[in-house]
Amino acid sequence: MALWIIIGLVALIIMFVWATYNKLIQLKNRIQNAWAQINVELKRRYDLIPNLVNTVKGYMKFEKETLEAVIQARNTCIKASGVSEQGAAENQLSGALRQLFALMENYPDLKSNQNVLNMQEELTNTENRIAFSRQFYNDIVLRFNESIMMFPGNIVASIFGFRKQDYFEVDMNTVQNTPQIDLSFDSSTPTAPTGSDVQKR
Amino acid sequence: MIYDAVAKNKRNSILLLFFMTLFACGVCWFVGAYFWENGIVGLLIGFGIAAISAFTSYYAGDSIVLSSVRAVKASPIQYKVLHDVVDEMSIASGLPKPTVYVFPDLAPNAFATGRDPEHSSVAVSEGLYRQLDRAELQGVIAHEMSHIQNRDILFVTMVSVLVGAVVIISSIYRTSLWFGGGSRRRNDKGGELFAIIGLLLIIFAPLAGRIIQMAISRQREFLADSSAAYMTRNPGALASALRKISMPRSKSHVSNAAVNPLFIAEPFKGVNVKELFSTHPPIEKRIEQLDKMAYSGSVLMKEATDAN
Repeated sequence: MALWIIIGLVALIIMFVWATYNKLIQLKNRIQNAWAQINVELKRRYDLIPNLVNTVKGYMKFEKETLEAVIQARNTCIKASGVSEQGAAENQLSGALRQLFALMENYPDLKSNQNVLNMQEELTNTENRIAFSRQFYNDIVLRFNESIMMFPGNIVASIFGFRKQDYFEVDMNTVQNTPQIDLSFDSSTPTAPTGSDVQKR
Repeated sequence: MIYDAVAKNKRNSILLLFFMTLFACGVCWFVGAYFWENGIVGLLIGFGIAAISAFTSYYAGDSIVLSSVRAVKASPIQYKVLHDVVDEMSIASGLPKPTVYVFPDLAPNAFATGRDPEHSSVAVSEGLYRQLDRAELQGVIAHEMSHIQNRDILFVTMVSVLVGAVVIISSIYRTSLWFGGGSRRRNDKGGELFAIIGLLLIIFAPLAGRIIQMAISRQREFLADSSAAYMTRNPGALASALRKISMPRSKSHVSNAAVNPLFIAEPFKGVNVKELFSTHPPIEKRIEQLDKMAYSGSVLMKEATDAN
């Protein structure tokens, strides 16, 4: 009788560890996927900018500098390699776009042009997609961190070496530090996937 | 506050569902005990009825609802902003993009349907698309996608199936009273008491079931509002959309009792309808909840950044 109770308890514990481990792996993969999604949206923004500039160029002949600044910022973004470099470029691009939108207010013709309106919607959509994909990334990181820190999930997490993930943060004051993410499993412990932290360099 | 609201609304509606299940089982057991002198038989019959109706409404529900309001698929060119907003919300929620429908109604309204996130649709009225600005539209879409995310279609189906089972089994019982069906209980001692309880039951059980059902429906609306606020991080926009939707204007001509619980706001807004029997909470209460979240929202964002 006692033997059966022990067997039952062990089976329950194994089932719990199994389920928790799978859930953590699932969340970790989602974090990875959410991060990739942010990059997809950023790419979308880069692709859109030449179209935007072409659309408004004819109307804004006197704002050549602003338009060039936007194009330049976009090209720097694409070429940027390091994280801090990319962060600075992203920041510059956002600034240039804001300036462009502010100037567009001075051109009533622009606001009645359907192409421009479409383009504006396209850009609003893209900016929102970037913002929401970052938000979603943070939401999932929050869920992951909660599940590895709360009892009893924290026991399973520590056995398999899951570690807390960092949030995506936008530093409003200085440069936007786009964090470089490294989600590859730690090769030193091949059986147990470790939570490689999001690294900010 | 936003996190709390989501958790609280979830808890409340699950509690109500539990209560509802208990109630339905109680009714079935009683009828079984009276009719066949065995509560288990009543329970089995109740479950049988529930299973059949659950199956049909789960698999055919969405197409019936969509065609009943004459909804058509929204063209990605003509309704570009709508499609964009749905895209944004599917990114924010991590759900697959639902099929987007538009239905011809000048009154602003919207609903979501579909048995699971992979087979879901969002439909908005022509009037809603025209009258709301982008942020408000985003709030409404977030509300509808929250229904999908929270599996409300499944939830509502389960509840109405339970109520349906209660209604059917009480009418079986009623018939048995009229035709004096096979119970010997009435000759027993205490048989009269049993019959009186039974009489009260057939009158009040369907009514009580309906009241609990409406309470659950209202709770799910609050939940969808709070999830939408979480999704957009902009409760104010949904609140202002609700204000616009609740403004008296052209009466909806597509709504009917069957699709009512699905809409974002109740299309029949008669003063005679008691709050107990409405599928939606009063709009003022919903706006109040959203305003509270909007007020604490800025604090929450700050806490989130400080915590890191």
